[in-house]
Amino acid sequence: MSSSAADPRFASAGPPKRPLRLSWGDERVRGIFWQVLVVGIVGTVIWWLWSNTVHNLEVRRIATGFGFLSREAGLPIGESLIEYDPSNTYLRALTVGVLNTLKVAVIGIVLATILGTVIGIARLSNNWLLSKLAGVYIEVIRDLPLLLQLLFWYTILQGLPGPRQALNPVDGVFLSNRGMKLPFIEWTAAHWWTLLAMVAGIALTWAYARVMRQRQYADGQPRKVWPAGLALIVGVPLAVWVAFGAPFTPDIPVLRGFNFRGGITVSPEFFALLIGLVTYTAGFIAEVVRAGIQSVQHGQWEAAQALGLRRGEILRKIVMPQALRVIIPPLTSNYLNLTKNSSLAVAIGYQDIVSIANTTLNQTGQAIEGIAIIMLVYLTISLSISLFMNWYNAKIALVER
Amino acid sequence: MSDITLDAAARAPEAAPRSAPITAIGPIAWARQNLFGSWWSTAVTLVLAYLIVRWTIGFVEWAFLNAIWEVPVVNGQAQTQACREIKGVGACWAVITEKHRFILFGTYPFEQHWRPALVCLLFVGLYVVSAMRRFWTWHLVPIWAVTLTVIGVLMWGGVFGLPYVPQERWGGLPITLILSTFGLAMAFPLAILVALGRRSKLPAIKMLCVLYVELIRGVPLISLLFMASVMFPLFLPEGMNIDKLLRAQIAITLFAGAYLAEVVRAGLQALPRGQYEAADAIGLSYWQKTGLIILPQALRLVIPPLVNTFIGFFKDTSLVLIIGIFDLLTAGKTAIVEPAWQGFGIEVYVTIGVIYFVFCFAMSKYSQDLERDLNRHRRR
Repeated sequence: MSSSAADPRFASAGPPKRPLRLSWGDERVRGIFWQVLVVGIVGTVIWWLWSNTVHNLEVRRIATGFGFLSREAGLPIGESLIEYDPSNTYLRALTVGVLNTLKVAVIGIVLATILGTVIGIARLSNNWLLSKLAGVYIEVIRDLPLLLQLLFWYTILQGLPGPRQALNPVDGVFLSNRGMKLPFIEWTAAHWWTLLAMVAGIALTWAYARVMRQRQYADGQPRKVWPAGLALIVGVPLAVWVAFGAPFTPDIPVLRGFNFRGGITVSPEFFALLIGLVTYTAGFIAEVVRAGIQSVQHGQWEAAQALGLRRGEILRKIVMPQALRVIIPPLTSNYLNLTKNSSLAVAIGYQDIVSIANTTLNQTGQAIEGIAIIMLVYLTISLSISLFMNWYNAKIALVER
Repeated sequence: MSDITLDAAARAPEAAPRSAPITAIGPIAWARQNLFGSWWSTAVTLVLAYLIVRWTIGFVEWAFLNAIWEVPVVNGQAQTQACREIKGVGACWAVITEKHRFILFGTYPFEQHWRPALVCLLFVGLYVVSAMRRFWTWHLVPIWAVTLTVIGVLMWGGVFGLPYVPQERWGGLPITLILSTFGLAMAFPLAILVALGRRSKLPAIKMLCVLYVELIRGVPLISLLFMASVMFPLFLPEGMNIDKLLRAQIAITLFAGAYLAEVVRAGLQALPRGQYEAADAIGLSYWQKTGLIILPQALRLVIPPLVNTFIGFFKDTSLVLIIGIFDLLTAGKTAIVEPAWQGFGIEVYVTIGVIYFVFCFAMSKYSQDLERDLNRHRRR
């Protein structure tokens, strides 16, 4: 490097720059011409659409802008993570929608990953029956439109008996056409502190495992992490809970008149959407997982067997870390698909951002703003998931020289 | 040495070859290895076998043994009491017997139903011909052009003595096939251009293509369909109006174009650099290089993922239900709005599911076979 800097002959890399000739024979002139042409055409089309839109809006006397966001919404929302009533503003209604989208996406991603991994591993099982069954599941679920599956699940849930004849598979759990009722406890400040202690415990365990791994790298001795982990994740929160006087009042749903009182409710809309999204995406994730595990060379399995590891251990310690590198990129796009597919909620009446923005644009006539909001929300979510998964992918990537 | 061999041969006359023990070959050995390999495997097999048998019996009882296939119709009103009584125990296929024409062809005039039926067959024929490798030449272009024209004539009518049928009355399976096939036929050239643009050295063109692909891929198809149904009318000059079906078709095309472009781009990237350089070296222009050297090889590389994208796209056309276009799924959903048939959604959705499954499964099997065929030279 230093010699090339010193030697004037190597100062500029590549061929010497020719002066720009104004002729069709010059590649750069052609390049500029085509770019100007294409940008010109696209620009003209956009300008034409824009001017039409402005004109149409004037003719129809539709005011543009996001001023409507601070007006009273007056639209009822069935389920919401934050306090909401119809007298709140459109902005708050849309926020509820975004939170509902995020709720189903996050829960869906977690469940679909678990189910998909299990099915993907089952597909590779030595047991012929299990492997074939997983194969049939993957093939069937991927060949049916998601919207059809959602309608199917929703129809099944609506076909359940009413609250008075609700199915009662386990004590305290009721399944009826009003959704699923689950028992819970009366939530107090003590429970928040316990939860906080548990989160802190998980973080501490993670840090502890890291330190122990560093020590193992130094002297080669494996160290047990789980006793300390158990103490931090279960013991400390338990101590906090006891210190607050161990409040525990079960909140079990009971039939009062025509409906249930108490417990937590999973609405049929949310339940159908969640089942549909999870089973559908799990079919795709299973294929990704299968391909990832198969991408690990057979010699890795054999070498691990030669070391005397059991099948589960081999999968966990040898194969999965290598397979993850192949799995992560397609897994990311499946997460993005699940999030985007959650927009189908509008077909079965779960009030996500698309559904609420759609109602908003029907009520206010602000079509452009409504659709812009939907697109912006999804672009933001997509971009965040991509960024996170890219970061994770870079972290686990093979460090090469 | 030779003594010993001779000796041994003399003492033992050649024994008849014995077959391997039954525990090493044949179905028993296979079962021992693949179903009862270990305690764990045996348990899994038994549990699964129990569940499969139970579910199969339950399904057969519901779908065949307890099912009702026909109900009496009095004064144009279907009498569905018998169906309601067996609800949950047996299927009511009477809803399909009664409504299958409506689900398949929507509100198309009843006595003209042979036209959409023929259209569906033409579409299937078109797919079969396009799938055969011996037709993978430029001949496909006129074949597609002629078939799609015939399909248009059959659906609209108004010529050759066929009565005219306005677009609002089309529905059912033909709409699903039209949306996906025309969408594909238009999206594919767009996708190739965008993929080439994204690999271009010209910064402005590259940026436009990246922007298009990433914007479309970042938002759900529903938002594009909403845009097509509520925003398009605002985009156009006053008095000019585009049909709802065509607007949805444009949205689907734009959507598919972005996804297909990414698949095509993967093929362009997978092609060895030497192919580009060799084409440059013999003095081909950009379009000659692309059309004669690069695209034929790059597209062949990505046929299996392309077919997978087609499957996804075929399924996604069902989303037009949300903006109220009468495709197969919408027709099915509408068929059970009638009070007499309310509550028989499962039967209708299962039937529609079978139709979708047949199309998608055929494509998926084809893609798997093709992948194996195209990769044959790589395996030894």
